[in-house]
Amino acid sequence: MERLNVQDEISKNKLKSIGLMVVVFLSLIFIVYVIAQFCDPAFAYLFVTIALIFSLVFTVVSYYNSDKIVLATVNARPATRKEHRYLVNVVEELSLAAGIPIPRIYVIDSQEINAFATGRDPEHGVICVTIGMMKILNRSELEGVIAHEMSHIKNFDIRFATLVAVLVGMIVIIADIFGRSLWYGGGRSRDRENKGGVLLIVGLIFAILAPIFVKLVQLAISRKREYLADSSGGFLTRYPEGLASALEKIKKYNHEGLKVSRAVAPLFIANPFSNKKVSVALSTHPDIDDRIKKLRNM
Amino acid sequence: MLGLLIGLIVLVALVVVYYINRIIRLGNRVDNAWSQIDVQLKKRVDLVPNLVEAVKGYMKHEKDVISKVTKARERMLGAKTDEEKVEANNQITGALKTIFALAENYPKLRANENFMMLQEELAGVENKIAYSRQFYNDSILTYNNLVSTFPGMMFAGMLRKEKKKHLEITEAERKSVKVKF
Repeated sequence: MERLNVQDEISKNKLKSIGLMVVVFLSLIFIVYVIAQFCDPAFAYLFVTIALIFSLVFTVVSYYNSDKIVLATVNARPATRKEHRYLVNVVEELSLAAGIPIPRIYVIDSQEINAFATGRDPEHGVICVTIGMMKILNRSELEGVIAHEMSHIKNFDIRFATLVAVLVGMIVIIADIFGRSLWYGGGRSRDRENKGGVLLIVGLIFAILAPIFVKLVQLAISRKREYLADSSGGFLTRYPEGLASALEKIKKYNHEGLKVSRAVAPLFIANPFSNKKVSVALSTHPDIDDRIKKLRNM
Repeated sequence: MLGLLIGLIVLVALVVVYYINRIIRLGNRVDNAWSQIDVQLKKRVDLVPNLVEAVKGYMKHEKDVISKVTKARERMLGAKTDEEKVEANNQITGALKTIFALAENYPKLRANENFMMLQEELAGVENKIAYSRQFYNDSILTYNNLVSTFPGMMFAGMLRKEKKKHLEITEAERKSVKVKF
């Protein structure tokens, strides 16, 4: 029964990924076509041809590089065996338990407790963990979290979730980068004032569009997958209590929030934003108490 | 009529190919899982001399335990049958457990970086052994379900494939070997 469900989930994720790529591909062309009609119908074909090439490149490049884009937006760096022996061992253990190749391992320099998985299939899986997680969680708790991420990889959740983050979330990622550079790099030199003005307008357009696309990302990713990964992760370690107590620590210690784009937030095991700051983002993650309860009833 | 017949033959051929491939693929997965256990057991055997070297200077009063683990390792390397191997491995597991328990009495040893590294590596290997056994048993379960239920059993009979045996030591061992620190 369990197997059948997982198989179903895998084919569903693969189908949804293809569907998403087709929809994004066609809507890009459609938007360009409408704009072209609006401006000058005579050049419509030219515009659409350019749009065709552009969206083809965009979707294909995204498919093969979505993991790299996501890792870059969260400022992750590769983990090494020497520096993170403990983490590397735990990941190797659970890839043996799941029977999939060892994923590449990345770390985020943050004291928060959080983790996510990305990549396009189990052969190209990536697991990314915060430094705080390794410090605060004990071995069976860390195993619980990694087992949860391993299930995401095995179920092909990573392919769909990462594609949503990159294909739909690109606007949000750009808006978030813009927002951050405006805060830090604003008014550095007077000569660039004109250029800065144009950038400001572009930034504003993106800032207006971003919340709509955040909502789209949230709608595309269901909360059910988190429960599913919790339960199959618990099955993998044969010890659901490990993940349950890890979630309790996440609830207790996470206050600061991570500086990541809103587009990639649904990938994380727990909401990366501090609770008070972004209440909308909360809806991407199921209630942590409810997850703990479900794990303890397994 | 002819079209129907051809369609039927193609359908049957597809089902046959599907089941035969599935049986072979799952069988390969079981074999691969078995070799994974072996890889991890070898890794542990390779780590034993390093551990002995690291603790020798500190645990002067525990010569018995240290020689026990060395002997068990030699037995493991010289083992010819699977039973001998399992037996020797159980001895290594037990002896390592005692060493780590006794190490608690030597604060200097516990603070030694090399020892800490070895302790982490061995804890990792123990877990890897346990998890690869778990995966082996899971793979066997799927394989056995396939070859013992209809229609898989028909094709299994054709290929002369039989049910495979589970490893039975997993649970008890998994609980006893976890090196906590």
